[in-house]
Amino acid sequence: MHPHNIYISGVGGQGIIKTSIIIGESAMKNGLPVVMSEIHGMSQRGGVVSTQLKIGSSYSPLIEEGRANLLLAFEPLEALRALSMINQESYVVMNTSPIYPFNLKESKYPYPDPKIILDELDKHAKKVITLDAEKIAKEAGHILSLNMVMLGGAITIPKFPLSEEIVMKSMKDNLPEKSITINLKAFNDGFNVCKAQFL
Amino acid sequence: MNIKDILNGKEKETLFLLGNEAAVRGAFEAGVGVASTYPGTPSSEIGDVLSILASDAGIYFEFSVNEKVALEVAAAAAASEVRSFTFMKHVGLNVASDSLMSVAYTGVRGGMVVLTADDPSMFSSQNEQDNRYYARLANLPLLEPSNPQEVKDIMKYAYKLSEEFEIPVILRTTTRVSHMRGKVELSSLNHAKQNGFFEKDPKRFVPVPTTARLMHQDLVKKIDNITILANETSLNTIHDRNGHIGVITSGSAFNYVMDVIEENNLPVNVLKLTFSYPFPEKKVLEFLETVETVMVVEEVDPIMEKEVMAVIGKHGIHKTVNGKLNGTLPMIYEYSPDIVLEGFGRMLGVEKFSEDTNTKFIPVPNRPPTLCPGCPHRAAYYAIKKAISYLNLEDPIFPTDIGCYTLGVESPYEAADYLLSMGSSIGTSCGFSKSTEQPVVSFIGDSTFFHAGIPPLINAVHNKNQFVLVILDNSTTAMTGGQPHPGLPVDGMGKTAPEISIPKIVKAAGIGYLETINPMNVKKSEAVFQEALQFNGVAVVISKYPCMLIKSRKKKDKRIIMEVLEDRCNNCETCLQELTCPAMYNSEIGKIKIDTSMCRQCNVCIQICPEKAIRSKRIGGDD
Repeated sequence: MHPHNIYISGVGGQGIIKTSIIIGESAMKNGLPVVMSEIHGMSQRGGVVSTQLKIGSSYSPLIEEGRANLLLAFEPLEALRALSMINQESYVVMNTSPIYPFNLKESKYPYPDPKIILDELDKHAKKVITLDAEKIAKEAGHILSLNMVMLGGAITIPKFPLSEEIVMKSMKDNLPEKSITINLKAFNDGFNVCKAQFL
Repeated sequence: MNIKDILNGKEKETLFLLGNEAAVRGAFEAGVGVASTYPGTPSSEIGDVLSILASDAGIYFEFSVNEKVALEVAAAAAASEVRSFTFMKHVGLNVASDSLMSVAYTGVRGGMVVLTADDPSMFSSQNEQDNRYYARLANLPLLEPSNPQEVKDIMKYAYKLSEEFEIPVILRTTTRVSHMRGKVELSSLNHAKQNGFFEKDPKRFVPVPTTARLMHQDLVKKIDNITILANETSLNTIHDRNGHIGVITSGSAFNYVMDVIEENNLPVNVLKLTFSYPFPEKKVLEFLETVETVMVVEEVDPIMEKEVMAVIGKHGIHKTVNGKLNGTLPMIYEYSPDIVLEGFGRMLGVEKFSEDTNTKFIPVPNRPPTLCPGCPHRAAYYAIKKAISYLNLEDPIFPTDIGCYTLGVESPYEAADYLLSMGSSIGTSCGFSKSTEQPVVSFIGDSTFFHAGIPPLINAVHNKNQFVLVILDNSTTAMTGGQPHPGLPVDGMGKTAPEISIPKIVKAAGIGYLETINPMNVKKSEAVFQEALQFNGVAVVISKYPCMLIKSRKKKDKRIIMEVLEDRCNNCETCLQELTCPAMYNSEIGKIKIDTSMCRQCNVCIQICPEKAIRSKRIGGDD
């Protein structure tokens, strides 16, 4: 059976690795085989961060090009950069609040217009779900809960291999107790905003 | 998961572990008593986890001053019958290699494992050297796990092997194994013996020509005996899928091979070599006889591929070996399932094996890593560049070193012209100073200074060099995640420790000009740099300010924000072009803005704005 592949991309400091661990650990505790790849080190100084999760039978944690079932993009530009990972059957869940690269002034290419980004994603994916995760996180109580907003959005896609309850249990195992209320609210708000886009 | 589960987890329990975390559990299960490292990605998390758990586990752990010392600490422990573990990034083993060669000769009593974390594709390194050569250079057994479970299990196996043959064992991971996360089933812990006894035996432990000649004979004998084991061990397994094609592979490449052949249902038998040196010739020979064609899939250099060719040549077999050397697979960089699939396509003569991926995507701007908002290095770079321009110094050379500050290579700082390795900033400054008339300003971090900066500084003074050395002291080993170093009052196990003073070392080396600056004070820093640049001899400026990422740093004052006064800002962009702080940007209305959530209130932008258009403003209280 093909594994369910999740490609997560964004910018250093957005909590991407923690999000991935929560997904991976809940898969493992639910009896599903799971492998994950994360990149540490220099790339974290404001650079691109991506993780890859394969839930189901797989030896390597690297997703073949075009084989991600879900692209969970924490930043619009990083959604575009990861486009080669998806296909016409894939879902994209994307945070719409941009983080501009520091060297944009010298860049050969501009930061694309939000409309262009959406059109491009629509062209390559089955469905694109968008949410302003930054705004939702702030309203939930803290900007740092942005990653849980995204996680809430991720699990709304059809055939996501883990239930809401299992993921929430894993959140409790992996997040500090003092921030769990905010994080659970962020998760639920992200879930609701994305779920509504499937109705 | 709580990090303490790595120690407290019970037998049969499963954890979702990073390869590096699994290595720590493996050390606990093997009963390691002494562990040592110098932090370096992709091995850093091993030290980070040990730093937290070593005390509770009853083992000694240290962040050594450099990898050579780390290896020597481990070697002495192993000579005293204590199981020891030293680990480092691939290039760290270059630093440790002098003693590695000798500990291969002397052998060990307690088990000793040297873990080298290679970095194919250079995610955070200056090269992608293949450290499997070190196993051959030193003549030491080599084990290559493919996933976190194997990392843990093979750690335990390595100690058994090491003690049985009284030889250090090299365990090689790559980034994708070190930073792969997966299910790991735990085994029981073994008691760590932290204290041993060193029984003298100079014939064994003091390699001078007369003894070393005998030691080398012993080493060769050991390796001959270990070869038998490598041929028989179940670590080297054949995945028989009734194929006529044979693939020989190891490490991460094994994972890609398996995914590709299962996904595409290819008629391929796989020989996985986890115990890959001494090369299991007999096992390989038997495997070769069962297949028609062979392909070797390995990262980075064609090492096993040449070994296979040697086996074929030695035994007069007629078989083509596909791999890097005949262009079936790429010669360099990390592999992936896609790359391995293309390799199969080339070997089988299938033009388009992979699906059509001719899809066009719109080009997007890149996002390189950069110095953080509030980073003291940015301020130091700004000030030195100003000082150089005030003095009209032409063609300055900036030798640099390994750390976050290497990011100074980017525009607008462009303060990195030459880099070789840890500590090379000072050694190469000596060379530039003697071989050019250009002014030389070199940069080194605090941890790197301790690691490899002191001997070249002594060299610089003794040989009457002329350059400015800037020691960027941010009170941590920042790039690898903030580990302590000898200049801090804390050791690797979190206990208080004597601080070694950088200024005292510099003075003791005979430096004639030494000043310490706070780089966040721009004017003062510029003045000091101007003085240093005019000094006759080696001048040292210590730029001291803590990394914004370290926890002990002063918290951000939430009642204060940095604000650009729109009526004063004339959009000259001096701040954007010369300081380039990621928290500053040009807004749609043509005025500079500061992202207050990113800003760390370092105040440098206030000092450099020609229009005095930036100020810090108290919010929530009286203005």
